[in-house]
Amino acid sequence: MKRMKLLAYPYSVWMAIFIVVPLFLVLLYSFTEGNIHNLTELRFSTKGYERVLEPLYLKVIMNSFVLAAISTLCCLVLGYPVAMIVSKANPKVRGMLVMFLIVPMWMNFLLRTYAWMSILSPNGFLNRVLELVGLPRLEIMPGKTAVLLGMIYNFLPFMILPIYTVLSKIDKSVIEAANDLGANKIKTFMRVILPLSIPGVVSGITMVFLPAVSTFVISGLLGGGKTPLIGDLIEQQFMWEGNWHFGSSLSIILMVMILISMAIMSRLDRNGQQEDKNPVKM
Amino acid sequence: MKKILASVIVAAILISMAFSLSGCGEEQVVLNVFNWGEYIDESLLDEFEKQTGIKINYKTYDTNETMLAKLEAGGSSYDVVFPSDYAVSEMIRKDMLLPLDFENIPNYKYVDERLKNLEYDPENKYSVPYFWGTIGILYNKNMVDDPVDTWDILWNPKYAGQILMKKDVRDAMGASLKRLGYSMNSTNDEELKQAQQALLEQKKIVTGYYGDEIKDMIANGDAAMGLTYSGDFMDLYWDESADFSHIGFGIPKEGTNLWFDCMVIPKSCKHKKEAEMFINFMLDPEISYQNSIAVGYTSPNVEALNRIRQEMPEVFELPAFWPDDSILENSDVYVDLGDYKSVYNQLWTEVLVD
Amino acid sequence: MKKAVVRIYMGLIFLFLYAPIITLIAFSFNKSKSRGQWGGFTLDWYAELFKDRLITEALYYTILIAVLATLISTIVGTISAIGIHYMRGFSKNLVLNINNLPVLNPDIVTGVALMTLFISAGMKLGFVTMLIAHVLFCIPYVILAVLPKLRQLNRHIAEAAMDLGATPGYALRKVILPEIRPGIVSGALMAFTLSIDDFVISFFTAGNEVSNLSILIYSMAKRGVKPSINALSTLMFVTVVILLLIINKKSEKGEELLL
Repeated sequence: MKRMKLLAYPYSVWMAIFIVVPLFLVLLYSFTEGNIHNLTELRFSTKGYERVLEPLYLKVIMNSFVLAAISTLCCLVLGYPVAMIVSKANPKVRGMLVMFLIVPMWMNFLLRTYAWMSILSPNGFLNRVLELVGLPRLEIMPGKTAVLLGMIYNFLPFMILPIYTVLSKIDKSVIEAANDLGANKIKTFMRVILPLSIPGVVSGITMVFLPAVSTFVISGLLGGGKTPLIGDLIEQQFMWEGNWHFGSSLSIILMVMILISMAIMSRLDRNGQQEDKNPVKM
Repeated sequence: MKKILASVIVAAILISMAFSLSGCGEEQVVLNVFNWGEYIDESLLDEFEKQTGIKINYKTYDTNETMLAKLEAGGSSYDVVFPSDYAVSEMIRKDMLLPLDFENIPNYKYVDERLKNLEYDPENKYSVPYFWGTIGILYNKNMVDDPVDTWDILWNPKYAGQILMKKDVRDAMGASLKRLGYSMNSTNDEELKQAQQALLEQKKIVTGYYGDEIKDMIANGDAAMGLTYSGDFMDLYWDESADFSHIGFGIPKEGTNLWFDCMVIPKSCKHKKEAEMFINFMLDPEISYQNSIAVGYTSPNVEALNRIRQEMPEVFELPAFWPDDSILENSDVYVDLGDYKSVYNQLWTEVLVD
Repeated sequence: MKKAVVRIYMGLIFLFLYAPIITLIAFSFNKSKSRGQWGGFTLDWYAELFKDRLITEALYYTILIAVLATLISTIVGTISAIGIHYMRGFSKNLVLNINNLPVLNPDIVTGVALMTLFISAGMKLGFVTMLIAHVLFCIPYVILAVLPKLRQLNRHIAEAAMDLGATPGYALRKVILPEIRPGIVSGALMAFTLSIDDFVISFFTAGNEVSNLSILIYSMAKRGVKPSINALSTLMFVTVVILLLIINKKSEKGEELLL
């Protein structure tokens, strides 16, 4: 069985070339100033980092983390029941349900976000409908609520899918055994189903939280750019201002902060890892 | 299920092979043209190919900066690009452009004399204007009862929560500078500080900072007014399917920005002669006319404009299409700010982040 | 009662997921180019779609790249996930963290960094570089989708198979793969979703020869996205739904389910 880990080696080489080397490039830009397209013209500088550490930008990073955390939590709370319902559905419709959960994401992201703008904007469809039935208007766009909604919308399938895949194969006999032993439904869920689904939850959180922290466009379009997120700020540096140095410093800091929070999370994930602690030798 | 999957894959591979085969065999000049999206009458590309036998590989970009980043990085060549004024001067400064051979562009004589030798390309060696216009205030006549002829209206607390600001450093800073009576290309720290202060002040009454979406949001009644390009108004004006008579466009009397999108040949160009042929083709009065009608923006081509004036004199009543000479006199063309670019950027980022 | 709650909940979730899709489809029939006004019903945008040389070309590359990137990243990702699963300690943590980098990095950073890498390696930007980039950001999701299934896997099954004389390769194919299949399929689905929708990374790695729908759509933003793009999305959506229904019909007749 030990030899199985050899299977990861080709990918490790691939990662070294296409992930680690570019990472060093970004690191290089973050510590320099001057013409990025000519390595000989680069000069060492910590200006980028000094600027990142201004309270102004730290606040943006904090905001992004908080918003990403809230949207991850919402995705989990909304998505877990969906994954459970789908996993319990008739096997004949299961695959269909999963497909229909992800198909909306195949439409272009910008078009979908524009569509949300048309729905949520001050004079949008939602408000017109509300007005028609005599309810008060909702003033959520531009604003944080709309950004949150947009984030949940875009990331929800990435939470549902991994949870669904682990739930779909939990041994029915385990649940039956729990029931036979007198556990009620809540107890069975808390003691049996939830712990068994933790690996899926961890993957889901990873796939939602990480991209959510650095998301952009959503916050620009649905939030009106008044409280920009770190992703917007980084995009702004590269796409509009041509300041790759500051953009790189921002993203390195972001990366470090995310990795730290991931390390904390993997501590919490120890339970799920337990079985790995006594590897079977072969 | 497996069979279906397999057949989909086989079909994809077959189609891809068919496509790649069709491209082989001929030794043909291919001109790489890189333009803003939706910024040309695409039938003109076919027309050019038919006339000259040169094939056009047409690709699009979304901002001057992304285009610049790609060109500077190298790795792929482009023959004709369409940067805006300040990007032209930045490209000249960075030595990214080839001087044009005007012998090959005889149609240059149709370009309005007033639009030649502008600050971004003082001797007019590298660029030819493609479209031009102004920035101003797009507004909903039902929601605004004051005259829209001053930048001050974007700072008027009466319209708090009804104002959309452009999420663009040059346009936002420019409007603020102009309102205070300074140049849009100011490199005076005190003036810039004041302009930033004004933008911070304005943030309290601004609904949101948007880019190209302002046009649709104003049309939808989401806000009363917003800072936009003249072209945004023209887009709504030409749209015959819906009634946009309640939408107006005002150019502030303090003066505004005159923008130019230009045609240039970058250094990575492999077919300069053909590129100049293409530029000449686009300046042909007939082609220019057709393109201007299709895109809806103001052409720099005098002959084309004359024809539009004969056919649709009412268009020339619109400040968005044909601004007053008095406005042009007060207005600035953006130039490359050089090292000051980063100062502008920092001030603007602080406004957004605050 | 419980069934009703479940139905209502799923109904609301699907409403949430499909509200923008319905809006988007509605706009494809709007005569006006502006999203701000309804200019009357028209099918013109559908007709215009087939005349547009840029759209057909971009559509072709979008689908080709998405299919290839999904295939490659699913195969490589699954194999690597199995390898990673059997790794231990520090090296496992390191590999997993590096694997997360493309997920957590803003697209723009991945995009410009890859572009710089390709150019300094002397590669010509084009189809191949764009494909590499897509495979790059898809694999981590496949791995993240497959790993939980591996952790769920009963270790002893594979051992038992090998005790009974199966080679590791045989055990892998006949024992492990079938068990983790739902993870592989959902990984592939996510890879396809990410690839078909990517703008920033594609823009910087595509060069002058290839383009995809996202690049086309984002670059239209300055002038307003043409409703023919909405028409195209509508057609794509309808095609996918029809395909799904056909597959569903087939699988009802007893073919195995992948998910």
